[in-house]
Amino acid sequence: MNGSNAINITSLLISSSLVLVTLFFSYWHKLKLEKDIIIGVVRAVIQLVIVGYILEYIFGFKNPVFTTLLLLFMIFNAAYNAAKRGKAIKKGLAISFLSITVGTIVTLTILVLSKTIHYEPYQIIPVSGMIIGNAMVALGLCYKQITSDFKNKRDEVETKLSLGADILPSSIEIIRDSIKTGMLPTIDSAKTLGIVSLPGMMTGLILAGSSPIEAIKYQIMVTFMLLSTTSISSFIACYLSYRSFFNSRKQLIFTK
Amino acid sequence: MSLLEFQNVSFANDDKTILKNLSVSIDQGDFISIVGPSGSGKSTFLKLCSHLISPTNGKINFKGNNFIDYSPTELRKSIAYCFQTPYLFGDTVMENINFPFSIRNVKLDQKRVSELFFLFHMTIDYLNKDTKNLSGGEKQRIALIRSLLFKPEILLLDEITSALDVDNTKIVENVITSLNKEGITVLWITHNLEQSRKYANKLLAIEAGEIKSLEVLK
Repeated sequence: MNGSNAINITSLLISSSLVLVTLFFSYWHKLKLEKDIIIGVVRAVIQLVIVGYILEYIFGFKNPVFTTLLLLFMIFNAAYNAAKRGKAIKKGLAISFLSITVGTIVTLTILVLSKTIHYEPYQIIPVSGMIIGNAMVALGLCYKQITSDFKNKRDEVETKLSLGADILPSSIEIIRDSIKTGMLPTIDSAKTLGIVSLPGMMTGLILAGSSPIEAIKYQIMVTFMLLSTTSISSFIACYLSYRSFFNSRKQLIFTK
Repeated sequence: MSLLEFQNVSFANDDKTILKNLSVSIDQGDFISIVGPSGSGKSTFLKLCSHLISPTNGKINFKGNNFIDYSPTELRKSIAYCFQTPYLFGDTVMENINFPFSIRNVKLDQKRVSELFFLFHMTIDYLNKDTKNLSGGEKQRIALIRSLLFKPEILLLDEITSALDVDNTKIVENVITSLNKEGITVLWITHNLEQSRKYANKLLAIEAGEIKSLEVLK
């Protein structure tokens, strides 16, 4: 990138004074957030420094196997977090892992085959981070929605079951509703891109010296990949998890 | 052989016993009125009959075989259940009427649909109506039509006329009694004392989760 603006340590130290502004507001309005702010800032700095050094080290490894292992590790962590949102869902971790993996593989394959990105750690890892993170949030929303729908729409499901319907036609509205819930934030944010906000990736590229035209190309790619991963992951997760709400006799289980 | 037989059936939910040790036999063609105070377990009894829940103890037989020997969906196709508050799904009446056909992968039988709409004093124009614009009586009649499109062997009715006016109640009563005469077994929860004795041949009283009496009326 031409004309990149490298930030030196002194500049960073001066910009850290912005934290003092936040601390001042908290103290002034008795928000009692001072401790949380300090912990948050210290953690952010330490975590980012560690991640920075790790990524620097990893990007040096050009071995695709290592990159793939790292991807799997990222997916596992995302799946673990998403599964926590759906405690009523049996095999939630396995379902989440599979959904995010398929969503990630499909999206990355298209991006790599179209030569939009290369299977190099310095491209794959940040891009996958965005994909996996977005899928994790989408799955969390799907699980929350599906659990509350099966609790609140008991009459609808039991009416359909009593007519002799199998569990899929009895749950189809709930499944659709949950997939939609998982996908809507990504769709909504796509609608407002460039109007309400300049997304992080684009801002980062511009700050690093890329031309805005170059930056939007990346942002358009990010928008496409996030939409694709969110829809694939939400679809798989909802279609695999609705069964958890029924027993072997196709009866709706009581959910608390 | 009884059509439906409860053998020492109990049902508990969250450690709370709702039905205790129920044993009752229902014969083909019976019209049984089920009475009892609110919370006595009448609706739970019907839910067990429709296999929407299973007994925590005991067993239920249908035509001499245990419920669990049947496929749950096939069982529910033979045993129709109408809820106290009818639930119409989707946007139009058509979606509700088409549902029983679509789950059987068959085309909508226009003749059967018209026949049932006529029986319930409704015109076929109702098919295009928005479910949100229907009155309670209309909703209940549509729900009944939806359950009767494929003739069930047993019809379970949970206080279906409690929110209906006199005219609607009469229409529903006439259809149910004529279906019973055709051989459909009817189990009807009702709070209406006159209704409970007028059409039924047996009166089942449930109190505090137990059978208080089974009276033969006719």
